[in-house]
Amino acid sequence: MRIKNLEDLVKIKEEYNSKMAEYNYQILVCGGGGCVSSKCGEVKEALDRCLKGYGLSEKISVITTGCMGICALGPVVLIKPDETFYTKVTPEKIAEIVKSHIINGTILEKYTYYDKARQLYIPNINDIPFFKDQVKIALRNCGQIDYSSIEAYIAKDGYFAAAKALSKMSRQQVVEEIKKSGLRGRGGAGFPTGIKWEAGLKAISDQKYFVCNADEGDPGAFMDRSILEGDPHSVIEGMILGGYAVGANIGYIYVRAEYPIAVERLSTAIEEARRYGLLGKNLFSTDFEFELEIRIGAGAFVCGEETSLMASIEGRRGEPRQKPPFPFERGLFGKPTIINNVETLANIPPIIHKGAHWFSQFGTERSKGTKVFALAGNVVNTGLVEVPMGISLGDILFKIGDGIPQGKAFKAAQAGGPSGGCITKEFLNTPVDYENISKIGAIMGSGGLIVMNEDTCMVDTA
Amino acid sequence: MVNLTINGKKVSALEGTTILDAAKQNGINIPNLCYLEGIHKIGACRLCVGEVEGAKNLQPACMVAVREGMVVKTNTNKVRQARKILYELILSDHPQDCLNCQRNQNCELQAMGHRLGVKEARFSGEHSAGGLDISPSITRDMSKCILCRRCLTVCNEIQQVGVLSAQRRGFKTVIGPAMSLPLNTVSCTYCGQCTLVCPVGALNETDAIQDVWQALNDPNKRTIVQTAPAIRAAIGEEFGLEPGTLVTGKLVTALRELGFDEVFDTNFAADLTIIEEGTELLTRLTKALTGEGATLPMITSCSPGWIKYVEHFYPQELDHLSTCKSPHTMLGALAKSYYAQKISFDPRNMYVVSVMPCTAKKFEISRPEMQNDNLPNVDAVLTTRELARMIKEAGIDFCNLEDGKFDNPLGLSSGAADIFGVTGGVMEAALRTVYETVTGRELPFANLHITPIKGLEQIKTAEILIENPLEDYKFLDGITIKIAVTNGLAGAKILLDQVAKGESPYHFIEVMACPGGCIGGGGQPRPTSYEIRQKRMNAIYKEDEGKILRKSHENEYIKQLYAEYLKEPNGHKSHELLHTHYTPRGKYNELMR
Repeated sequence: MRIKNLEDLVKIKEEYNSKMAEYNYQILVCGGGGCVSSKCGEVKEALDRCLKGYGLSEKISVITTGCMGICALGPVVLIKPDETFYTKVTPEKIAEIVKSHIINGTILEKYTYYDKARQLYIPNINDIPFFKDQVKIALRNCGQIDYSSIEAYIAKDGYFAAAKALSKMSRQQVVEEIKKSGLRGRGGAGFPTGIKWEAGLKAISDQKYFVCNADEGDPGAFMDRSILEGDPHSVIEGMILGGYAVGANIGYIYVRAEYPIAVERLSTAIEEARRYGLLGKNLFSTDFEFELEIRIGAGAFVCGEETSLMASIEGRRGEPRQKPPFPFERGLFGKPTIINNVETLANIPPIIHKGAHWFSQFGTERSKGTKVFALAGNVVNTGLVEVPMGISLGDILFKIGDGIPQGKAFKAAQAGGPSGGCITKEFLNTPVDYENISKIGAIMGSGGLIVMNEDTCMVDTA
Repeated sequence: MVNLTINGKKVSALEGTTILDAAKQNGINIPNLCYLEGIHKIGACRLCVGEVEGAKNLQPACMVAVREGMVVKTNTNKVRQARKILYELILSDHPQDCLNCQRNQNCELQAMGHRLGVKEARFSGEHSAGGLDISPSITRDMSKCILCRRCLTVCNEIQQVGVLSAQRRGFKTVIGPAMSLPLNTVSCTYCGQCTLVCPVGALNETDAIQDVWQALNDPNKRTIVQTAPAIRAAIGEEFGLEPGTLVTGKLVTALRELGFDEVFDTNFAADLTIIEEGTELLTRLTKALTGEGATLPMITSCSPGWIKYVEHFYPQELDHLSTCKSPHTMLGALAKSYYAQKISFDPRNMYVVSVMPCTAKKFEISRPEMQNDNLPNVDAVLTTRELARMIKEAGIDFCNLEDGKFDNPLGLSSGAADIFGVTGGVMEAALRTVYETVTGRELPFANLHITPIKGLEQIKTAEILIENPLEDYKFLDGITIKIAVTNGLAGAKILLDQVAKGESPYHFIEVMACPGGCIGGGGQPRPTSYEIRQKRMNAIYKEDEGKILRKSHENEYIKQLYAEYLKEPNGHKSHELLHTHYTPRGKYNELMR
């Protein structure tokens, strides 16, 4: 079907929700990159087989989602509506879980999350400290919905923001809303997104482009990959909104070649969106048209830098050039171009949908909203977290990350990739926002956080 | 106008001007290394950085445009120190072997070090890989490359040949052909424009000096030298003379003092080219207009960079090229036949040296087509730069030399031959003769200059109506001859695309591979800028206008040559000695096998 207005979206949402309400249970199997590596595919197959054996295939929906975040414990499975969270699931364990939880109605506690500090099992996902202290805006749908279903996205108010902006807001109003929200670029430098868009809007040209930078390359970082894999439509919607705001009708998503799953899921999502009339001509019955294409990088780290990225899209050798001229003046193919990072774009739809005020209640005075971090290295809960700006680094690493494994002492956390720095123990109380991180000599960066314990040699690290 | 302050000076500049240019217009020269006015600015070397109030980092003056109220400081301690360190870092990956380098004392990197007061190379460390690549025309020593990328811009944008590009990444970056292939295996035209802009010794002509010294010192060899028209308007620059100073007489004397037995003038062969090429044009026009059929437009063939370009990129269009050899190979062929016979000398003991503004001619003489009786027409080609080095090495005080005269019979030339050195010149020279042959009247332009095809614009066109022709050419009555002239291979591409599509409206096209023609050739003195080309061009036209003899067909020695030896233009002997054929190569040399 072709979506023409908000009513069409609401209809799809209601249909999807009522269909889901018919199921006794929804079993969410994490299909994030980490869980795929630890063979969640086999778990899902076992689950399907098992349910079929009980004749429950029609009564229970099994959904593969994007990354739930806690990669260290994968494969993970969430059973709704009970909100029971099973970790390190295997095909053998799944048979036991189904038998106990689904058939007998008893939570199989021994396979749920174990809190070592308190020495107890925490079955409900909402009680687990790792999830409790997070605020999910960019990752709102990651691990919550079927990444491959546009209806599932719409059921979470997806494309509502696009419908609202295109039919009720002027370009200038969209830009103003983003400016008001205080959203800053999540790629690392933290340039105010609204101001960038305003420059794009004001640029005069017969052709403008909107580009999504998905060439995530910082060591240990996989925030953007998880969003693309787990909620591709949020990026597409962000780009539609961005394209509308600045007046661009062609968008490119530049994804690195090392992300084949992301490319695959994103391609499917783009085709879906096109089929639903959310890409192409006359979006939401307006004159606005927007087309989206994927461009795949060839493995050069430097292509994450915007001018190199544009050169690469143009088919030239990916090399940076001097700015000015900035991309909003002369970007892709010499035309005004706005480039935003994946996470930034994933934040856009909720801002437009729920309003700038809602968004700006999170975070600090100059750094609004949340930030996604990829925890890696010597930390118990390696994985993906989204926290409000201003939270202390210590809280991220010790409350959410659950500290250093094997009782070792913390030495440093590397933030911001090659341009960033190593943050040591005395700075663990630093609030995480653009200004404070810069003040201590590191940068916010794109969100890679590599934790190092006392055994790490800093000279080798350097 | 934008008002700003540079180093405390209140200045104004046009909107869009860079800080570098605004400073220059106001008497402040900001050091820079990679920047090339009007051609190349990428901010690679960073030496031009300055402090801009409000900016977090130092800003490259060559890239940043002036803004109202901008406050720029280019001479603070911070800037000077940064600049010096940047320079030292460039130097740390440079061989610093100045004494053994061809560019010693003519090197922009060396001069910059002196200017910045760098007295020692503080940083030593790893050197990038380098590698030497010697082709017949150009020698690349990548150990000396400082990655300024001027050559890249010239090769890809000015000439649009696209042979040079950056290979590999980061510290391992090397400028060169794809997959690190050597130049002689790719579609390089050997135009040498890259050697003209290289600030260091990374790109040079392949040396012929040693071979020439050896020949000069060999008592059994009779050494014959000839010089192209563009040399006389440029070589003075190598000795500190103003660009555009004509030094024809001094050049002749210097060559004699170097020990050459005969000093001939390529201009003589230029006059000869006009007779041969003019006849060829008339033959083609006759055939085309009388229904016999002929390939038109005909395109000039004096520029060997251009020839190689067509062979690589338009191998199917080779029939459009005039079959005339380039003038210096014509002269070489005649020296070893006509002249050798005249003086009863064994041509095997002759050694012909051409002084050319050109690197492509070094390759040209090695072509199998450029031989007669198993002897190469020309044995060595020296560029303008190389000859200047030899003159210096020989201790000849060039500027104070008496004027000498070329030897005959291969030394006299008309003004038409002089203008072979500049874009539009071959066309004008040809038409001075062809028009007169057809109509019996002089070319109807003031001072014989076809004004629309004069100057340094990329593509120039003109139309000449033939009225009341002589009896033999009645079929040309009322015909408008359409001509086009281009300089630089980017322009050639435009005209050739028309030809390839069958849409070219022209009868006759002149192409010179280098911007400006031979005066801006790849073997000319460095620097060669737009202004310098202009001055050399004016000098060439002055040389032409200063001659009583202005038309090739009036050259008495040419008439004598036909009477005594060649018999008739485009005749049997001419074809043997003065004409050639071409080799389809293909973009990847795929047609060579």
